[in-house]
Amino acid sequence: MSAIKTFKRPNALSSKEFTYCPGCHHGIVHRLIAEIIDEFEIQGKTLMVAPVGCSVFAYTFFDVDGTVAAHGRAPAVATGMKRARPNNIVFTYQGDGDLAAIGTAEIIHAANRGEKITTIFINNAIYGMTGGQMAPTTLLGMKTTTSPYGRKAENEGYPIHVCELLKETGGVAYLERVTVNSPNEVRKAKKALKKAFTAQIKGLGFSLVEVLSTCPTNWGMSPKEAMKWLDENMKKEFPVGVFVDKVGDEK
Amino acid sequence: MSEKLMVKGNEAMAEAAIRAGCRLYFGYPITPQSELTEYMARRLPEVKGTFLQSESEVAAVNMIYGAASTGTRVMTSTSSPGFSLMQEGISYIAGAQLPCVFINVVRGGPGLGDIQPAQSDYFQGTKGGGHGDYRLITLAPSSIQEAVDLIPLAFELADKYRNPSLILADGMLGQMMEPVSFSEFKDLSELPDHSDWAMQGNEGREPHKITSFDIDPNKLEEMNMVYNEKYKEIMEKEVRYETTQVEDAEYIMVAYGTMGRILSNVLKMARSEGIKVGLFRPISLWPFPYKALNDLIKGKKGVLTVEMSTGQMVEDVKLGVNGEIPVNFYGRTGGVVPTPNEVLEQLKQMIGRGE
Repeated sequence: MSAIKTFKRPNALSSKEFTYCPGCHHGIVHRLIAEIIDEFEIQGKTLMVAPVGCSVFAYTFFDVDGTVAAHGRAPAVATGMKRARPNNIVFTYQGDGDLAAIGTAEIIHAANRGEKITTIFINNAIYGMTGGQMAPTTLLGMKTTTSPYGRKAENEGYPIHVCELLKETGGVAYLERVTVNSPNEVRKAKKALKKAFTAQIKGLGFSLVEVLSTCPTNWGMSPKEAMKWLDENMKKEFPVGVFVDKVGDEK
Repeated sequence: MSEKLMVKGNEAMAEAAIRAGCRLYFGYPITPQSELTEYMARRLPEVKGTFLQSESEVAAVNMIYGAASTGTRVMTSTSSPGFSLMQEGISYIAGAQLPCVFINVVRGGPGLGDIQPAQSDYFQGTKGGGHGDYRLITLAPSSIQEAVDLIPLAFELADKYRNPSLILADGMLGQMMEPVSFSEFKDLSELPDHSDWAMQGNEGREPHKITSFDIDPNKLEEMNMVYNEKYKEIMEKEVRYETTQVEDAEYIMVAYGTMGRILSNVLKMARSEGIKVGLFRPISLWPFPYKALNDLIKGKKGVLTVEMSTGQMVEDVKLGVNGEIPVNFYGRTGGVVPTPNEVLEQLKQMIGRGE
């Protein structure tokens, strides 16, 4: 007789209601992380560092010890935790403004040192919480409240490719860019996140999963339109795939 | 106490921190404190500790935040421009109520300034250099021995009040050598247990959340009131200062740190000339010894405050004196250290003016 499977909230997610907008991908990614924490049975030793941005409350959404770092500094905070308590599992959760603008130095050096931490990087090409300003990952031509005529390379430069930058650093053990805008992509994203946490558990080095995500509110689209826009525009600029894999496949 | 060893100030402070049970250091090189960072790099692995050179002072202070949030004894050291870079993180650390120790080996400023000793970071240390209503417990040694003795206290006060502590030194204390006695190594099993609040993993308990953040103004005000109650208690219980020959003095000189030490020579010179002068040396700059100073100046004729700055602590001296007698100021800045003769001349001029 097969066991009855019940769809329920993972233990590692708290009962607090998410503060995210309809159609935003933060919720999906939160759930995937929580499922992995449950499956790896690491809830009791996981420490979480939230960023400044829409996911500033993320440290309250997970039922693990958590804090919120200054804007961009989560990799440094996580470094301090992991160096103090190497047996704990430490992860940061950061948006594109946090990680790829103000926190560029911290993420590059944490990766290069091979800090045994895991970073979940949400790239939605825009600043969400402050109301739709240009991000370092904003696409060329994309209109935001601080690039109202569209991002121009000659003035604002080019969208930053975080995975492509980090793959050149020596300390990275796992690096992949994924999306979560279809059931199949969600399954792939979960696999990527599992490998990232496995890299940390095995002490192989730094791991990061970049998730291309929607921001229907600040993109000015319906959730469905946003999914389509992500597929047609963001994936061209930011190709999904595995950049570094020192974990290998399970046998 | 061990036998006396001839040690450079920066290295002595590092050794004192290790003996106080600190096994974790994050920092970034900057003159005139780099020997402290270098000493930690060399010494911590010998005592099974962890040293990490960060990519910046901004990263260092956030590593301190992370380590302190796990309840681990941790410190960093820097000099003025680096301490400016740390202010954001210190504000977060104070708001999150995390115990840790900072050492600022102050140099001339503002901006890039120079690498000579100065006391121009007094405001930054004592008034909250970052944003928000917070205070650092700020201790100012006037000799290497005193620095070595204050470092365990800085850790203890940080733990007791869950608040960052600062040793406000200067380039003179960092760079010179003196004979020093170190205390014995603290037994690490005697370090305070922070498991009731620290982030160590929530096995068998509710998760601990550490933050300086609440979006609700009423709740944030409540958090600030918690800090404020703590600050009141510190102001009541942790005031430290030293007085020399104040009983029969007609005039009082006030100085801290290196300048306080130079004034102890001025005091001897002045007394040998029959000038009735005493010395008041604050050791805790925050909390500042306002009341002790006010009690002391009753019936005196005037105060001379001397600093290696254009006048920062003198504002607190004036608050302490509260307009009861004249407060004079003499300072050299930009890394220039006043000589005893120079200060003695200022003292005589002040007395001549009848202040």
